[in-house]
Amino acid sequence: MLKEIICAGFGGQGIITTGILISYCAFETGSQFTWYPSYGSEMRGGTANCTIKVSDEEIASPLAKEIDILVGMSGPAIDKFVGSIRPGGYLFVNSSLVKDKTYRDDINVVMVDTEALAKEADNPKGANMVMIGALVKHTGIMSLEGTGAAIEKYFTEHGKAKFNEANQRALKIGYEKC
Amino acid sequence: MAKTIEIPKIMQGCNPHGCCAGCGHGIATRIIYEVIEEMGLERTAIAFHDLACGSNMVFAQKGNAFSGAHGRAIPTATGYKRIRPDSLVFTYAGDGATYNIGMQHTVHTALRDENITAIVVNNTTFGMTGGQMSATSTIGQKTTSSPAGRDRKKNGNPVSIENLYGGMDIAYLARGSVDSVPNINKTKAMIKKAFEKQMAGEGFTYIEILAPCPTNWGLTPIEAQKRIQNELLAVYPVGEFIDR
Amino acid sequence: MAERAIMKGNEALAEAAIREGCRFFSGYPITPQTEILEYLSWRMDEVGGTLIQTEDELTGLHMAMGASIAGGRVLSTSSGPGFALFHEGLSYLTGFDVPAVIVDVQRAGNACGDIGASQGDYEEVVHGGGNGDSQFIVLTPGSVQEQVDMVAEAYELAEKYQNPTIILSDAILGQMMEGIVLPDMKEHDIDALDIPAIIRPLDENLSNPKRYYSPPLIGLNAYAEIWKNKWDIIRETEQQWENVQVADADVVCVAYGISSRVCKEAVKKARAKGIKLGLIRLKTAWPFPVKAFEEVNPDVKGYLSVEMNIKGQVVPDIKLAIKCAKPVYGYFSIVDVHDSDKVIELAESIIAGTAEEV
Repeated sequence: MLKEIICAGFGGQGIITTGILISYCAFETGSQFTWYPSYGSEMRGGTANCTIKVSDEEIASPLAKEIDILVGMSGPAIDKFVGSIRPGGYLFVNSSLVKDKTYRDDINVVMVDTEALAKEADNPKGANMVMIGALVKHTGIMSLEGTGAAIEKYFTEHGKAKFNEANQRALKIGYEKC
Repeated sequence: MAKTIEIPKIMQGCNPHGCCAGCGHGIATRIIYEVIEEMGLERTAIAFHDLACGSNMVFAQKGNAFSGAHGRAIPTATGYKRIRPDSLVFTYAGDGATYNIGMQHTVHTALRDENITAIVVNNTTFGMTGGQMSATSTIGQKTTSSPAGRDRKKNGNPVSIENLYGGMDIAYLARGSVDSVPNINKTKAMIKKAFEKQMAGEGFTYIEILAPCPTNWGLTPIEAQKRIQNELLAVYPVGEFIDR
Repeated sequence: MAERAIMKGNEALAEAAIREGCRFFSGYPITPQTEILEYLSWRMDEVGGTLIQTEDELTGLHMAMGASIAGGRVLSTSSGPGFALFHEGLSYLTGFDVPAVIVDVQRAGNACGDIGASQGDYEEVVHGGGNGDSQFIVLTPGSVQEQVDMVAEAYELAEKYQNPTIILSDAILGQMMEGIVLPDMKEHDIDALDIPAIIRPLDENLSNPKRYYSPPLIGLNAYAEIWKNKWDIIRETEQQWENVQVADADVVCVAYGISSRVCKEAVKKARAKGIKLGLIRLKTAWPFPVKAFEEVNPDVKGYLSVEMNIKGQVVPDIKLAIKCAKPVYGYFSIVDVHDSDKVIELAESIIAGTAEEV
């Protein structure tokens, strides 16, 4: 089953990393994926986004016209992509930053207070882990166990094993509390 | 008793080079290969020739040589040297190749202090294309593209290596000339020093050699040597400018 | 054991070059190719190779040529405006039979254009590139895995035929990530190949006589024979393609690179709707896979060239391949990647006989 996802927000919010982590989790749990970033002049400031496709079959194009899931880390990013979500799809809102918005009623909107939850997990930089936890719970595109193991492997491979415990805490809180 | 210097073995049995009577390339090439033979480097030496008159010298010797694109001998030689650092790698090009079309390479190679030797035969003109103005044509020099004589306002100033590279952090910078026996011997010593420095891994070594081009200067071979002595040596003096 | 990884297309290509024994890179930064240079700037240090960030692309290719003459496996990469500066070096590589692998990560438009994806360099790379009769082998990857696999292939072809080989990629393939399998690390022996274009070997031991020729020595007429024979053999033996459901197709898309992926999606969607759409995916642009067309339904209604440029640069090659026996239609766009629904719409109009030929 093909799932099309966009992660979007301000440059510097860890959008690209979030997308890579989702891709990596898909890869490690045996799915096919493609990951494609916006790049160039949008790299600093402005909006940053990446498109991830996850499937158990070969993926044709890495680009998406319509999506199943939007991870929206900022207001402008949500405004830009909310219209692309298929009816019945998911919008994950970074509610620490994006407040007082009204949303389409034909999609599932999940509020994720990434900042507060990351703090609760004693991992202030773990907003994207919280987000992935929430995404795993609501969409079921990957298992929590598989995702946890993949994230641990990713950070260990990138020489950041010391963050493993804090990351697992943030992932779990995102899963449990959203 | 008079001493006979034999033609280097590496140059024996080749066809005569295709340069004009009185041309300086023959002498320049001869002293380069004398040095190579004296250093016993015939097998590892490789010449990167530019196009035009200089590339005629490819056929005057039997050693390794490659003749690539106009102006690009220096980068091509750089690539070779990086893969085979034990080779003696030198470029052999003219003033047009080095100071006109290839100037950016010369400057950046000096900035990188690349461990190769650049030999530039400066005859103040584009020889093969028939005597046009080059970057080293002197003020007032008549060429087919500056028929009224090189004019500073119209054509810009000639280039001098001591001014351009004098302040750079390179191993060796010198100018020789093939106008007379003493200068030929001096130039040969410069080439030897440069090659020794390269083999010791000391960095970029750079020698310009003043050479006559009687055909395009419109002079006899003897008059052409006189032009170097009476006119060019004042503008482009022989000497070592950097010896690090 | 084969190593699995997730990597951007550019980085995957760079890593593949290292694993194939490439120890020399010279080039200049330009979007969207820069990650190759950046990746190799630390990776070459790890493996004891050389990376030179050159003063321009002209230098990049000539330096790589020097390193290749020395026997090394070399890489130089660029995009659009930078690739334009490669032409001089490309002609010399061809003229002196020097093997080299060169990459063009295509970006959009002429002049400075735009850093977005494009396939606007097809004519330049396949039919042009360098003065005189120059011809390069051109590989067109369609996935990050092929960005890896085609590097090995490019080195093999370049060395087998002593001819520059170009990997014609694009901004999306360069920037996107996919899961890949990387090849094992290989060492390249710089003495394994005969050193090309050493004009006068001192003795037989210095250079193999079969590599002895070069235009100034044997003359251009004799050399023209050598080149022509070589290119004829490549044309006959090195065509590569992937055909998707062409045997019964009413319409066949022809595409490569990122466009071919959109077409693959279109074929899948169209077949679900009962529309008989097929795809010829070029894996080599030169030699053009003429043989791929022999497998197509003889009653096909027409071919649809799907490519990211203004002129429809692949169209003449398709027309030649089919000897103009069927109509050829086009779906061209620049910067914006094709829409698979539009591909299907066009296929329907071709079947209905309402589409306009190119």
